[in-house]
Amino acid sequence: MCRSKRSALSWCSASRRQYNRKALSPRLLSYILRHRRVYLFGFLLGIAASALLMLDPIVLRLAVDGIGRGVSSRLLLTYGAFLVGIHFVVWILRYFWRLLILGVSRQIEYEIRNDYFAHLQRMHLAYFQHTRTGDLMTRAVSDLNTVQRFAGPGVMHFFSTIVSSIIAIGFMLSIDARLALFMLVTLPLVSATFIVLGPMIHRRYESVQDQFSTISAKAQENFSGIRVVKAFAQEPFEVEEFARLNREYIHRNLAVIKVDGALWPLMMFFIGLSSMVLLWQGGQAVITGRITLGQFVQFNGYLALLAWPMIALGWVVNLMQRGLASMKRLDEVFAQRPRIVDAPDARPLAAARGEIEFRGVSFAYNGAQVLRDINLRIPAGATVAIVGPTGAGKSTVVGLIPRLFDATQGEVRVDGVDVRRWRLADLRRHIGFVAQDTFLFSETLTENIGYGMERADRGRITEAAEVSRLAADVAEFPHGYDTVLGERGVTLSGGQKQRAAIARAVARDPRILILDDALSSVDTNTEEQILARLRDVMATRTAILISHRISTVRHADQIIVVDDGRIVERGTHDELLSRGGLYADLYEKQLLEEALEETNVETAT
Amino acid sequence: MSVHFQEDEILGKAYDARLMRRLLQYLRPYRPTVVVSVVLLLLAAAADLVGPYFVKVAIDRYIRNGDLAGVTRISLYYLLALVAGAAVRYGQNYITQTVGQRVMYDLRMELFAHLQRLSVAFYTRNPVGRLMTRITNDIDALYEMVTSGVVTVFGDFFMLAGIIVAMLVLNWRLALVTFVVLPALIGMTMWFQVRSRESYRAIRVRIARINAYLNENIMGMSIVQLFNRERRNFGRFDELNRDHLASHKQAIRGFALFFPSVGFISAVAIALLIWYGGGQVVQNAVTLGVLVAFIQYTERFFRPIQDLAEKYNILQSAMASSERIFGILDEPVSVQDPADPVPLERVRGEVEFRDVWFAYPAAEFAAAEYATNRSETSDSAHVEGDGVKPASRADAPRPAMVRGEPPVPEGTGEWVLKGVSFRIHPGESVAVVGHTGAGKTSIINLISRFYDPQRGQVLVDGVDIRRYPQRDLRRHVGLVLQDVFLFSGTIASNIRLGNAEISDDEVRRAAEFVNAHRFIERSPNGYASEVTERGSTLSAGQRQLIAFARAISHNPEILLVLDEATSSVDTETEILIQDALSKVLRGRTSIIIAHRLSTIQNVDRIIVMHKGRIVEEGNHRELLTRGGIYTKLYQLQYRDQELRLPKLPTPS
Repeated sequence: MCRSKRSALSWCSASRRQYNRKALSPRLLSYILRHRRVYLFGFLLGIAASALLMLDPIVLRLAVDGIGRGVSSRLLLTYGAFLVGIHFVVWILRYFWRLLILGVSRQIEYEIRNDYFAHLQRMHLAYFQHTRTGDLMTRAVSDLNTVQRFAGPGVMHFFSTIVSSIIAIGFMLSIDARLALFMLVTLPLVSATFIVLGPMIHRRYESVQDQFSTISAKAQENFSGIRVVKAFAQEPFEVEEFARLNREYIHRNLAVIKVDGALWPLMMFFIGLSSMVLLWQGGQAVITGRITLGQFVQFNGYLALLAWPMIALGWVVNLMQRGLASMKRLDEVFAQRPRIVDAPDARPLAAARGEIEFRGVSFAYNGAQVLRDINLRIPAGATVAIVGPTGAGKSTVVGLIPRLFDATQGEVRVDGVDVRRWRLADLRRHIGFVAQDTFLFSETLTENIGYGMERADRGRITEAAEVSRLAADVAEFPHGYDTVLGERGVTLSGGQKQRAAIARAVARDPRILILDDALSSVDTNTEEQILARLRDVMATRTAILISHRISTVRHADQIIVVDDGRIVERGTHDELLSRGGLYADLYEKQLLEEALEETNVETAT
Repeated sequence: MSVHFQEDEILGKAYDARLMRRLLQYLRPYRPTVVVSVVLLLLAAAADLVGPYFVKVAIDRYIRNGDLAGVTRISLYYLLALVAGAAVRYGQNYITQTVGQRVMYDLRMELFAHLQRLSVAFYTRNPVGRLMTRITNDIDALYEMVTSGVVTVFGDFFMLAGIIVAMLVLNWRLALVTFVVLPALIGMTMWFQVRSRESYRAIRVRIARINAYLNENIMGMSIVQLFNRERRNFGRFDELNRDHLASHKQAIRGFALFFPSVGFISAVAIALLIWYGGGQVVQNAVTLGVLVAFIQYTERFFRPIQDLAEKYNILQSAMASSERIFGILDEPVSVQDPADPVPLERVRGEVEFRDVWFAYPAAEFAAAEYATNRSETSDSAHVEGDGVKPASRADAPRPAMVRGEPPVPEGTGEWVLKGVSFRIHPGESVAVVGHTGAGKTSIINLISRFYDPQRGQVLVDGVDIRRYPQRDLRRHVGLVLQDVFLFSGTIASNIRLGNAEISDDEVRRAAEFVNAHRFIERSPNGYASEVTERGSTLSAGQRQLIAFARAISHNPEILLVLDEATSSVDTETEILIQDALSKVLRGRTSIIIAHRLSTIQNVDRIIVMHKGRIVEEGNHRELLTRGGIYTKLYQLQYRDQELRLPKLPTPS
């Protein structure tokens, strides 16, 4: 229940969505139906256990009435043995009942989680660019959790509660209808309490959670920016601000406590009220001789047996509503179709030559035209460099080749065939890509460099590290190539990350090598050394380099200048210089600068 | 809510008297409330206990004697007890949780305030994620302990004791017979607790692994896809997922065995009651009412025992959390204000280093140097003589004593500054240049008092800065860091920070002065535009301009700038930055770690550092003619660093 913070966290916070009654999702139904035999068998066991338990008050009645008549100790022992026997069988039945249904709900959780992961793996890059990671995570963590509780304890208790209630009510009615009717008034109040207060608590709890996020964000920001905080002597202000947020947090928590604190006492009260009404009405019925004392005790027995199911019912109704809402949220993700997939008649690409061609390629993203009519032919084995201002569309051009995006118009061809007609996996296998934002995984360096290799080959990995000039650094890591990267291992500097990413691409031994501003965090000196080694690698491959530095691009076979989504100039370094355009302009500035500096030196000497 | 994906730390012992005493200190201010809460708890437990007793009285005294009015009367009492019980319970809940909230607030604020006092060195040693766990999860664990731990433990004990006493008073023989099942019940509960604790831990670790893996895969999905890793990563994920499933199934077995067993054990107790108690009733040794009451008490036995067992878990995690929290609270404040500070009202702006020797604390040595030199401007330096590798430095043996140098103090790395002396006159602008690891950033760290030197003095206006209150000092020293940190809020609040004295007009003038006004005004809400997620809506160049505006609006007499070349600044902004830089330096004591050629050409003096020492001094031209280290540095770093090197429209 929501009595304590921990339990509150577990059930109150499961879903952060609003509280809607939703229909059962067909997807969830299909998962459940997949395991219908287990469910069915589980339900049968549960029903059997519930039914058997209902015999317990009958034994009590027999015993009490027997005791009243002064029966033999032997008979009492038999009653006792019956009681123990019933509960022993119930124990066994319920063991398997829980094992089956809870087990299958975990199985479903496992299946949904795997499907979720596989689904995300198929999604295109653009999807991840406008979906927050945190959002996808919340669905995988708390929504899935809620769905599991729906499919497990929810379904399990829902059925057993219904079965128990029907049987108990039947017995109670058969003993004394009037008394039974009284119980039918008071007992549902227990469930009603939860059904009424639950959503209220949930709503208030969400506002607590929001404030908690605000506090976390504030603390995180403060810790990350501690130098600025200190440098500008902001500590007192920060403490005051943090205190203000925390006071609001308390305030919101108290709002939860006001309702939440009433939940358990109220349910206990209604259970007690049922006992009290039974004592009052039942006592009178015994006196007037309508029922026996044993039947009174029997009634009490049913009450005790129904107390938990009544509490559970409210909880389960809550759980079901939220379980369905959570499944909706998972369905939203599943409903997204991957846009970049294999064509039905996709062709295998066993060995690529590495020829690339852009034919009238345009690309629009979120309604904005990023590339316009790009025409470009890169013969196999050539090296092409792309320069241009930030936001000109350089990254998009290279992203179209491994189909991170698909062109909106025109076609990108590899080896003379539209990339959309190659099998995606085959196409990408021949491309070594170094993205602008270096992303490494928290695994060993070997894992990271060999990320795209079919089979890890230590020789090729070290060779790749040599090429990217990472090898010397690795030698100084605590465990060399087996050093784990990331939070639980070694944190690499920006330049080391980039060099590791280059090694990762080179280790693949690709036909096409793409470096998207891959040397920006590496100083000019190291860049020169890496380029020297890369030139050997690129000699036999098609290579595309994006860079801001002329030193990186000047040796390329062809240099493309992209501005505002168009190719504005193309040619070799010398050709572009003689043309006197944007490239020449940039280069000239650099020369001027150098000349200026040299004069400085000369005049001074 | 922020989701933490780190694996759980190993839990320690459940009870530690020292920690507990210290924790209880936090309850002290609320002692009266806690006492009230405990009293209410006792009352609530008592109200719970009277039910079966009323049933006993009703059966024995009224039902068997046919007293209808008596039944009604006792039912009324019962109702009153129920109402009172519910009210008391609610009040107790509310009071306890309110106290819990206040204690949590006090502790969280104390922790936060203490963290504000800790030096930058502490932050380089402790990743933000770890501090976040302290201030969120660990504090919550303590809240849990206060609300459902400390206080309700009394309630459970009292409930249990109450039931035992009530049974013994009603009929001690019958009571003893009932207690026969207690060892089985306690044994079963303890078995389950141990087991479930292990299962929970196993599950937590596994789910954390799954989530960490999923999170990383989502963030790096394009790499996963580009490198055809889908199938293999799915295999790994499936493995983690299956592992998690297995640990759940293991846990379910425990649950499935335990929960129905409680029913069985209580059935055994009731069977004993029927057999033995029934016999007693038949022999008139026990009334029927007592027997019924016993049956009902037996059913209530189980909850407090289970609850108490659960408290163990809560206590255990609270102990571990409090240990971690106290660990931070006990962290000494290494950079402290003096006992008799010299107030710093006006500053002329004279800065002097007098034979300063400085070494970073060993553990954070590498991190500190690296954090401030992100872009590896002089990567080659690593490999050559002065080379510093984070991995190697961290576990390198203590450096041997070098002849002519004082011994490195205990617990620090090598000397970063070796007897550095210089004096900067009020209003003078000075650029510090040198290789990575030459000690440039350390100079800024020392003037800001992020660290204190081991030997020698840093003086501002002729007084050792350790004698000023830190706040006073920093009020007069502006700092522009390379990694511009923006807080969530508006552009204006990022310029003004917490300083309410800076008017909107001053914010605007500062922005105009550093050429930021134009782009700010172009944003949808002008100065009120929201800055999000560390300023991702702003370009690197724009962020740099805001950092200048921030420093200038605080009107510092001394300005420190860490200026690294950023490759992704567009030409137009680059010109604006250069212009802003030259303006903010003018007429102000400034020390700038320069990476822009235009800056080193504009400053009054350049200090060249090499391996922790000052090797050359002078202006750009003088130094170039000398043909020394500066000339080499210039060739290496400044001459050919960018594709586009726009010049100021009007070179000064």
